[in-house]
Amino acid sequence: MDSNGVSSASDIRREIASLEAAKAQIEDRISTLQAQLSNCSSNGRAKEEIEENRFSAPSPTETISDGQLSADMIYRYSRHLLLPSFGVEAQANLLKASVLVIGAGGLGSPALLYLAACGVGRVGIVDHDVVELNNLHRQIIHTEAYIGRSKVESAAAACRAINSTVQIVEHKEAFRTSNAVEIMSKYDIVVDATDNVPSRYMISDCCVVLGKPLISGAALGLEGQLTVYNYNGGPCYRCLFPTPPPTTACQRCADSGVLGVVPGIIGCLQALEAIKVAGAIGEPLSGRMLLFDALSARIRIVKIRGRSLQCEACGENTTLTPQKFRDFDYEKFTQSPLSTSPLKLNLLPTNARITSKEYNERNIKGEAHVLVDVRPSHHYKIISLPKSLNIPLASLEARLWEISAALGRDEGDKTENDGSSASLYVICRRGNDSQRAVEYLHKMGFTSAKDIVGGLESWANDVDPKFPTY
Amino acid sequence: MQLTLEFGGGLELLCNSVKIHTVDVEPKAEEKKLTMKHLLSWVHTNLIKERPEMFLKGDTVRPGVLVLINDCDWELSGQLDTVLEDKDVVVFISTLHGG
Repeated sequence: MDSNGVSSASDIRREIASLEAAKAQIEDRISTLQAQLSNCSSNGRAKEEIEENRFSAPSPTETISDGQLSADMIYRYSRHLLLPSFGVEAQANLLKASVLVIGAGGLGSPALLYLAACGVGRVGIVDHDVVELNNLHRQIIHTEAYIGRSKVESAAAACRAINSTVQIVEHKEAFRTSNAVEIMSKYDIVVDATDNVPSRYMISDCCVVLGKPLISGAALGLEGQLTVYNYNGGPCYRCLFPTPPPTTACQRCADSGVLGVVPGIIGCLQALEAIKVAGAIGEPLSGRMLLFDALSARIRIVKIRGRSLQCEACGENTTLTPQKFRDFDYEKFTQSPLSTSPLKLNLLPTNARITSKEYNERNIKGEAHVLVDVRPSHHYKIISLPKSLNIPLASLEARLWEISAALGRDEGDKTENDGSSASLYVICRRGNDSQRAVEYLHKMGFTSAKDIVGGLESWANDVDPKFPTY
Repeated sequence: MQLTLEFGGGLELLCNSVKIHTVDVEPKAEEKKLTMKHLLSWVHTNLIKERPEMFLKGDTVRPGVLVLINDCDWELSGQLDTVLEDKDVVVFISTLHGG
């Protein structure tokens, strides 16, 4: 075999990396050109419409004036046009409509794919995040090639690849009170595909201020919820939830997990409701809520309260104005951050904490100790440090004796050597629960207990880069 | 009287992760009718095994919990004063925010 043909693994990797970089550049260029093209063609379309009116001759090119679809559109959307309850009218309505999707994650992915595919005239995408490997199991609009790149760019490229005739607008920024009114005012319909409480209040309020219907979806674990707010005299989010829930009741997908297909289903239903509102067909899910339970394969549609006259956003005596909206502090109101960055507690004095590096050094030196991992057992099964003792925080109280026993045993071994007692260290995923545990252990007389700052995440960052993170 | 109680959106975690409970609840001796007010305290005493503050706040459900009686928001039937009947289905669901 020709020795020139044989490359080492590192050569291959290097070549793959350089090809990937070149590919990313080309894809970027294509997205830019496609955006330019769609701007050109929408300008061109307006011109053609004027021409058409002047000569009142049918134009062979793409036009939707007078509900007339171009030959390409008729062919592309033929299966919609064949539906008696949808037909040319609803398709023409879609082609004229604009939809803003806030969040290009688990809900936004399928919603965007269907909205682009079905021919909504203009689709806006808002997100500030980048694609990560642990998104891909559910955020099906993104691909491996886009890891580390903007979700908006990735989603826009996917939408353009499906349907180059729709205008895709990229908003690569977080949706905040400072930019919300400006962005949202350019669209007819809003899809809330975000993942946190303050965003949900902010988006609903902005929809009330601007009079936009809101297609709201949520998913977590194995359950999903869907409803349409602020539509046709129906309630807004605040009518249903005038008071924000306690922060402890707000779980995140990154902590509690989510089965990928569950937000997929809810996101598809959001696209459906947006299509119904945009196409002016059927009965949108306003004043009703769909509750989906994946595990028991149950979908329940319930009747919810109507618009509340006392509602602070849309009620009779509301004082909500665009200016008041801009000045409202949603993070303070809901006591939770708009970004989904994980909580970082600081409950303990520094002498009750050690870093993962320090723990590693002590362990290597052979210090007698007990390492308690307070994560739930299903987390412990994913990955754990060797010789750690799994006692989930919730059962700590009932299982203190196990710690005493482990300490006693280690102490016993140790006294034969140098007479000092074993240390007690506590670890968890990110270093919050371990602090709660240490606080409790101190109260219960385990005064030497220390938590490992930053948990297993810091172990992976600072000690063992090969240690899996999740 | 027989009722079906369902917990969802994470509230089932407060009752041993069991979502559907078929239960027998009788009105208080001095009252003839079973109201939601009484049912809430019955649920608190009999079904909620941990963190009751995640279910109740004061004498009603905490913010963010929807109560549905026979698939209808309890706001439409009088909330705490709603009178329950035999075979009613009451759903307690915590709103989700994830995506």
